[in-house]
Formats: sequence, C-alpha cells, structure tokens
Amino acid sequence: MRVHVPRDAAARALGADDVARALAAEAERMGLRAEIVRTGSRGMIWLEPLVEIERDGTRIAYGPVRPEDARALLSGRMEALGRVEDIPFFARQTRLTFARVGLNDPLDLAAYGATGGLAGLAAALALKPEAIVEAVRDSGLRGRGGAGFPAGIKWETVRTAPGAGKVIVCNADEGDSGSFADRMLMEGDPFLLIEGMAIAGIATGAERGIVYIRSEYPDAIATMQAAIARAESGGLLGPRLLGSGRSFGLEVRVGAGSYVCGEETALLNSLEGKRGIVRAKPPLPALSGLFGRPTLVHNVLTLAAVPFILAEGAAAYARHGLGRSRGTIPVQLAGCVARGGLFETGMGLSLGTLVDDIAGGTATGRPVKAVQVGGPLGAYFGPEHFDTPFGYEEMDGAGGILGHAGITIFDDSADMGRLARFAMEFCALESCGKCTPCRIGAVRGVETIERILEGDATAVPLLEELCDTMRDGSLCALGGFAPYPVLSALRGWPGDFGLPPANRQAAE
Amino acid sequence: MSQKGPRGPWPQATEAALDEVIVAHAGGEGAGALLPILHALQARFGHVPDGSVPRIAQALNISRAEVHGVITFYHDFRAQPPGRQVLRLCRSEACLAMGAEGIAQDVRDRLGLAWGETSADGAVTLEPVYCLGLCACAPAAMLDTRPLGRVGSDALLAALAQGATGDDGEATP
Ligand SMILES: Cc1cc2nc3c(=O)[nH]c(=O)nc-3n(C[C@H](O)[C@H](O)[C@H](O)COP(=O)(O)O)c2cc1C
Ligand code: SF4
Ligand code: FES
Repeated sequence: MRVHVPRDAAARALGADDVARALAAEAERMGLRAEIVRTGSRGMIWLEPLVEIERDGTRIAYGPVRPEDARALLSGRMEALGRVEDIPFFARQTRLTFARVGLNDPLDLAAYGATGGLAGLAAALALKPEAIVEAVRDSGLRGRGGAGFPAGIKWETVRTAPGAGKVIVCNADEGDSGSFADRMLMEGDPFLLIEGMAIAGIATGAERGIVYIRSEYPDAIATMQAAIARAESGGLLGPRLLGSGRSFGLEVRVGAGSYVCGEETALLNSLEGKRGIVRAKPPLPALSGLFGRPTLVHNVLTLAAVPFILAEGAAAYARHGLGRSRGTIPVQLAGCVARGGLFETGMGLSLGTLVDDIAGGTATGRPVKAVQVGGPLGAYFGPEHFDTPFGYEEMDGAGGILGHAGITIFDDSADMGRLARFAMEFCALESCGKCTPCRIGAVRGVETIERILEGDATAVPLLEELCDTMRDGSLCALGGFAPYPVLSALRGWPGDFGLPPANRQAAE
Repeated sequence: MSQKGPRGPWPQATEAALDEVIVAHAGGEGAGALLPILHALQARFGHVPDGSVPRIAQALNISRAEVHGVITFYHDFRAQPPGRQVLRLCRSEACLAMGAEGIAQDVRDRLGLAWGETSADGAVTLEPVYCLGLCACAPAAMLDTRPLGRVGSDALLAALAQGATGDDGEATP
C-alpha cells in the first residue's frame, strides 16, 4: 500500500506534515506495510491535506484529513472522495502543464521519466534549433508572466541574436497576489521546468540558465535546488544532455522581497547585483539582457508548457484555447472562495463559469461582490462582467488584464474603498522610483483616496487625473496599471467611497 | 524539507567571520554575487552587519554607496538581528478577502508589537509580507519558513508558542 501525502506549501500550511507523521505512526502501530510518498498537490486546496491511498494501482482520495483521522483512514473507515480524476473540479480540467503535479514524488527522476517526462527534451535533441522555435511559434504559446507576448518571436530573436554566452532566465518571482501556479509547479514537478529550460537552451544556443525565485517561497527554492542536483546526476542537466553533445547548466537565485523585481529588466538588474530598477527598452533583453548578453526571460509557466509542445506537437497545444489565446492556462482561484485551488483549462471559459461554477462562489456562502483578476495591478470586476471570456484580448477589452491568471474572490463584506487605497499604497511601497508619476503619484494617490474616504467628493476628479498621469507617464506596468484596481473600484462601487450612486456617471 | 529560519544566538560579526562568508560567495561576473552574499550574511548573522559594507565593496570592486543602495532597496535585508522567531503575516488581497486586516490588528495588539518590531524578550519579530502563494487557503502567514494557512490570531499565537519550544512542525519523511 502506498500513501500519498502532499508536501506542497499550501498542503503543509493546512497540516500535511502532521498528517504524514500521524499516518506513519499509525501504520506502524497497525503493522501495515505502508510506503508514505510526499507528492505535489493535486490543486484542490479546499480539500487539503488530501491523502491518496494506492492499492493495486488504484488511488483513492480522502480529504481534508486531520492527524486524528489516521486510524480510520488506514483501516478503510473514512469516507472517501473517490478517484481524484472523478472529482468534478478535477475532471473538468485540461491538464497539460500540470499533468504530473501531485502524482509523483517531485524529486523522483525515474518516476518523472516513467510518466512522460523527458520526451520533449528527447524530441528537441533530434531537431534543428529552427525547428524547435517553429514548434513553439506554431503552438501559439504566449508569455504567461502577464504581458502575453508570443513566445516563438522571442525565441527567434534570441536564437538569431549575435553575441556569446546567451542565458535563459526563468522568472519565478510570482509577486502577484492571488497567484501560486509557479510555486505549485516548482514544488510539484520541478523537472518539467528544468526540461523546458533545457529545451529553450538548445533552441536558442544558451548553455546556462538561472531560476530567479522569490524569497517568500522557501519550499520552492529548496525543491528546485534539490531537483537541479538530481537532474545533474541524471543527465537532464550538465555537459551531455541525455547523452547528447549538448550542454546546459542551471542555478537558483533568490529574490529579496521586491515586487518590482518581477519586471524582467529589474530582475536582470537584481541578478547583476544592483537595485531592482526598471530599465528602459530598447535594448530588448533578448538582444542585450543579463550583463549585456542575449537573454531569454520567461515566466515559469511559459517554460513549463514547452516540453508538452515538443513531445506532443504544436497542434496538440494550439488545439485548445480561444482566438489568439491558445493552449491552456492554469487559473488560480483564491481569496474568499468555496473551492480554491488550481484549475488548468483551455483559454476562453467565462469569468462567471470560473467563479460561480468551478470555484463555487465564496467561502462564506455570501454573494460575490467583486473579483480581482491578474494580481494587484488587475481590475476589480463585479458580477455584471462575468460573461467576459478568460483570454488576453477579452480581459483587455473588458478594461482589465489577464495577468498571471489569478482570480481573487471577495464576498459582500469587502470594502472597495479600502482595497483601492491598498492598491495605491502597494504601488507606493514597491515603486522602483525611476519615474515621477509612479514614485510621487502613488503617494499622492493614497492621500487623495483618503480624502475621498473622509468625505471630500471634490477629490474624485483629482484622483482620476492622477491615474491618467500614472497610466500615461509610467515606464512599466507597476505605475501604469495601478490605476486599474483603483478606478475600477471607484466606478463600480462608488458607495464604498462614500459617494452617491449618481457619481457613477460623473466618474466615467 | 526547507531551510530553517531565524533562531540565534547569532555569532559575533568579526572581520574574519564576515570575510569568510563574503569570500565563500564572491566570484562570478560583475557584482552578480551581491545578493547571494547579502542573503548568506543575513543567514549567518541574522542581519547584514554595517561592518560588512566596505568589505563587500572591496570584494566586488564596487563603491560602498552601491552596496548600501542595494541593501536598502530590498525589503528582506535587516539592519538588526530579528527575534528568535519571525512571524510574517500576509497583507495582500486574497488574505484581505478573508479578514487578514482584523487578524493582523489582533495579533499586533496581543503581542504589543507594531509592524517590524521585535518583542522586548527577543522572542519574536512581526513583519508584513505581500503574498506567500497561499492565497487559496487565506489568510496566510509564515513562521520562519513554516507556512500557515487559514489562520486566526489564536492559531498564530499557538504556533509561536509551539515554535518557541524548537518544534517547527516539520515531518521527517
Ligand atoms: C511590476 C511588474 C511585475 C512583474 N512580475 C512578474 C512576475 O512576478 N513573474 C513573471 O513571470 N512576470 C512578471 N512580470 C512580467 C515580466 O516583466 C515579463 O513580461 C515576463 O517575465 C516575461 O515572461 P513571459 O514572456 O513568459 O511572460 C512583471 C511585470 C511588471 C511590470
Ligand atoms: S512605473 Fe514605477 S516601478 Fe515602473 S519603472 Fe516607473 S517608477 Fe519604476
Ligand atoms: S494574498 Fe496572502 S498568500 Fe497570497
């Protein structure tokens, strides 16, 4: 009998370590031969700690499990959830990137290979670099870090860039609140990210890569470091990739608590030992990035999507999606949510389907008041926007962003005035200071929102003007998009700012 | 499973002790080793000692002002050692949606600490954090490196008490 207990940080945060300990002790007491395997999380965080018992190749899930359930669980007296694959939340997903997360011990390279891993790298090694780039381009894959730039174009730029010592940089800064897919992937299937980066290296001619992980993720850092060590001894990294003549090496670097370092050029400065100040573009990092070298910067999820594309073909990926948003997106359901977790799906489901059907609405059972999509710089949407399809252009058209595909749900107790104030405060706190509209504007913005909240309605036009200035005069999306949450809150919920509903028009 | 967090007592930041850490992490291109050095110093001494600035500057061939500028830019680096445990409470949106603001207020009142303060007995430092990636089990916190989900102030104080005994709640398997 095998007992699978997640080691994902969210499962641990809900007591998975205590459960694993209790299960080990109880199995011994009962004289059972039970092997406890610590896995990634299957992504149904509301059921964590979710334990799967495997007998004769069939895995049955139980959850949430408490340590005191150990005996009942091991003796078959606890009520089961059935197979994970049959739980509606899971059954409705299209798991391409997260296919393996939660199945295996994330550091078991043999299990990785036995469950489809390494096929993408093997395929890539048999191709010319141009053909690899072509596959990525044809898949329609776009950057999952927020901006949605076509990955194939960036790969081609780096591939054809003159200059030695090209580098692949994985942006694992995941600063957006409401997002945790990068973390889950690194903790649950780190070899997939390594494989994706190695493929990127072969395609672009880079022999070295760096994973920049935020310091708030100690588990992900430890798992990636351990995975890199095993990949080196297992031939997935090193001077002879899978026995070929190609070489690729990888190291982990740790951030230091700066949100703006998720912006790619600030991240490069941070790697160069500088303050995390945003650089003006051009030059593009693809041509002149880390220490002036051609640098391919991608989000974790972009790189982790690549092995599937190489193994199964571009068409198999592009088959999913909507319009120009191809493939799947790991949606993260967070906040005041009944069924929170990770839901990988083809692009294009409506916001309402995700929030009401899949997430099941709020944790409190009260009505959904608002959702924030795409992190702290994303707009707040009320239910009247729930027919918006989840895709880059579609969210943009509705006045918001898709961002890193996190959806944070709020029930009717949310105070949109305070949330708007928080958004500005966060911008002021994290501004890199390079441009005045962001550095000074955000501080003014906080003061102005406070004035409104204290009853001074004449400050509303001031706030709007300030937001215009920030939007138009900021170098990066921190200052440029901070107006999204602020203005969407103001326009959608004027009452929370002490304004009469009539002001709704005035604000528009 | 993960590295442990703060504990102390911290070793004396003598010149030799500082240099040992700096030399072990210096190297590579340009000043690229700066953040790794600062992290390593903080792991060893609980903070980045003032005395390390000129020594880092020399090792990396950059100015003291540049080193200082980097230390102050990043929220992580401390100028003083923290308490034996560091409790970080998430203040970001998903946690706000689950009442993080009230919980933080309650914890601050019960510990008698403002953000960034260390208790007089050196037991605990309280810090804000902006998302821990635990947004589907909000409100979230981290005690040293131990993640905590769906917390209330009672649970947080209990975790502190448990942590003070040296039990970090980590499993062996
Ligand atoms: C303020 C700010 C924060 C950002 N944070 C992140 C982040 O945490 N992770 C990320 O992948 N991209 C982040 N980005 C986007 C990056 O600048 C960049 O577009 C991305 O890493 C490129 O990778 P992709 O093509 O795979 O999306 C951020 C951008 C801005 C302006
Ligand atoms: S908008 Fe803000 S964070 Fe972005 S470059 Fe300007 S000052 Fe820096
Ligand atoms: S918002 Fe609190 S953990 Fe992400």
